[in-house]
Amino acid sequence: METPDRDVIEVRGLNHWFGIGDARKQALYDLNFAIEAGSFTVLMGPSGSGKTTVLTLLGCLRGVQDGSVRLLGEQLNGARETTLMTLRRRLGFIFQAHNLHESLTALQNVIMGVQVHGDVSDELAHKAAVHVLELVGLSDRINYLPANLSGGQKQRVAVARALVGNPALVLADEPTAALDADSASEVVDLLKRLGRSRGTTTLLVTHDSRILERADRILVLEDGRVVSDTAPRTAQKRHHP
Amino acid sequence: MSRLLQRLFGRLPIGWLQLTHNRTRFAAAIAGVAFANVLVFVQLGIMNSMAVATLRPYEFFRADIIISAADANAIADGGNVARQWMLQALANPDVIAGMGLFVANVPWDRGQTDISLTTFGIDPFKQDFISPKIAADLNLLQVNDAAILDRLARGITRDEAVAIRPQTPLSFETDGRTIKAYNTFSGGGGFGGDGYMLVSDQTFLSLFPARSSAAPDHILLRTRPGTSVDEVSEQLRGQISDSSLRIRSYADAMAEDLRYQQTRRPTGVIFGFGVFIGILVGLIIIYQVLSTDVADHLREYATFKAMGYGSRFFLGIVFEEALILGVFGFIPGLIVGTTILTVMAKVTTLPLSMTLVMAASVFVGTIAVSSLSGAIATRRVAAADPADLF
Repeated sequence: METPDRDVIEVRGLNHWFGIGDARKQALYDLNFAIEAGSFTVLMGPSGSGKTTVLTLLGCLRGVQDGSVRLLGEQLNGARETTLMTLRRRLGFIFQAHNLHESLTALQNVIMGVQVHGDVSDELAHKAAVHVLELVGLSDRINYLPANLSGGQKQRVAVARALVGNPALVLADEPTAALDADSASEVVDLLKRLGRSRGTTTLLVTHDSRILERADRILVLEDGRVVSDTAPRTAQKRHHP
Repeated sequence: MSRLLQRLFGRLPIGWLQLTHNRTRFAAAIAGVAFANVLVFVQLGIMNSMAVATLRPYEFFRADIIISAADANAIADGGNVARQWMLQALANPDVIAGMGLFVANVPWDRGQTDISLTTFGIDPFKQDFISPKIAADLNLLQVNDAAILDRLARGITRDEAVAIRPQTPLSFETDGRTIKAYNTFSGGGGFGGDGYMLVSDQTFLSLFPARSSAAPDHILLRTRPGTSVDEVSEQLRGQISDSSLRIRSYADAMAEDLRYQQTRRPTGVIFGFGVFIGILVGLIIIYQVLSTDVADHLREYATFKAMGYGSRFFLGIVFEEALILGVFGFIPGLIVGTTILTVMAKVTTLPLSMTLVMAASVFVGTIAVSSLSGAIATRRVAAADPADLF
């Protein structure tokens, strides 16, 4: 099946297992979905439903075992490690624990998101990093180490790091889990606003129902299967009857 | 420093930033590497001084070939050689002169300290066999019981040595004989004695009445200029009746003596082992620091992997850290090592000093060991799995 240009992700018949022999357990069952370019999609589901497995497969961090996953036009099933690494450079990752490098300042952490492309001058990388930090409202904190930033500020640096390389797709894993309501709201708004202005597709895994109303689309996973694929209001109703 | 390294590597100097993030740990790591450097410097310094001390007595003489007893592993070791073999050697047309060399230790009771002087008995009329630095004073030895004394010998003060002149000789007694030192030369304490003394063969035989003028410890030979010393040595081995004798070029004798001291004598083996231990300690310290650092940053490395950084990037970081530790550990190691060797040289009068070759070789060794440690530590980077971040 051809992937329409407007789809950044197209998943067809995806199955995935963990373990071997008697301990082998299936985590994903025949998943089928596509995600449109520029959309803000939320992936929800209870613990153990397979959300993280989906995220790691789409993030080229695990090999696809069975089925088809087309990411940015590339087939991931059977792809070589160099292809996966090159694809990862076109993605932006945001982690629950922000995962900033503790020895690097906010600016240096963001520069790492530019330098991965290799062909960017130091000056340009510096300018781009400063610009994105300004966009996330941290222009006065660029030389701070993560230890001297609040949880919300750290996550904003992580957003800046994910977006600075103008990725085609941002994969975010529970980015608001460790934040208070205000900070969580700020980070999601920021992610959505910057993503939209740059044409970036966002796939966000969360348990946080506060985020749902901002989503263009909500996918709900249960026991490794997509049980719901809807617009926010419908999904909220189904999820919280 | 950060900017310099950034220019050097063409990327953020992650290794430097990681190391300096925890300054206490960085200082401890540098101290560890410096300690290993000091260990190596001291052991190398002692080995080096052993080499200098071993070869020093050879520098008092000038010869092309030396004939020694079969068991003479060093210049002050072994049995005697019959003088008649010198006469046989002189029958070779390429051998132009020969001299018997007597060697023994002479005790000198200095009151609070007794010292032992390695004493050489020589023919004072054969100046060609003596180093030009000493040869001018050789006529002083024509007097009975006259000596030229090592001014750097242990137990002899600088003032005392300066006062020794032909007009104001220093007299001392040994084994009931009074020896008069009329002048001095530069020697120094070694591992087998506290210093050196030169006397005539006649004075030597007076000091050691049991010894015979017909049986010196070694025979020194000079060959005709332009002849091959090795070829003449080979000829003499066939020509001299006693096949058990060691007939070697003077240069070979020096090299063999040095090799014997460094590889067969317990002291040499111990010092060599000390160098090995120092290198091993350095390897372990640097590996431990790098390995801990990698383990501490696995999550960050996994994040970088997820972002698309490849294995070369991580290897670069670990090698960057290894080089930084090597270079920064070497500098204090060099300073402390030099200080220790200087103090030890003063206390022991051994020829202990920091040489450029030593410093350069330890630096190269440190970088090599650091790189090896880094190469081992990078294996741990493979444990950083970005899939575990989610």
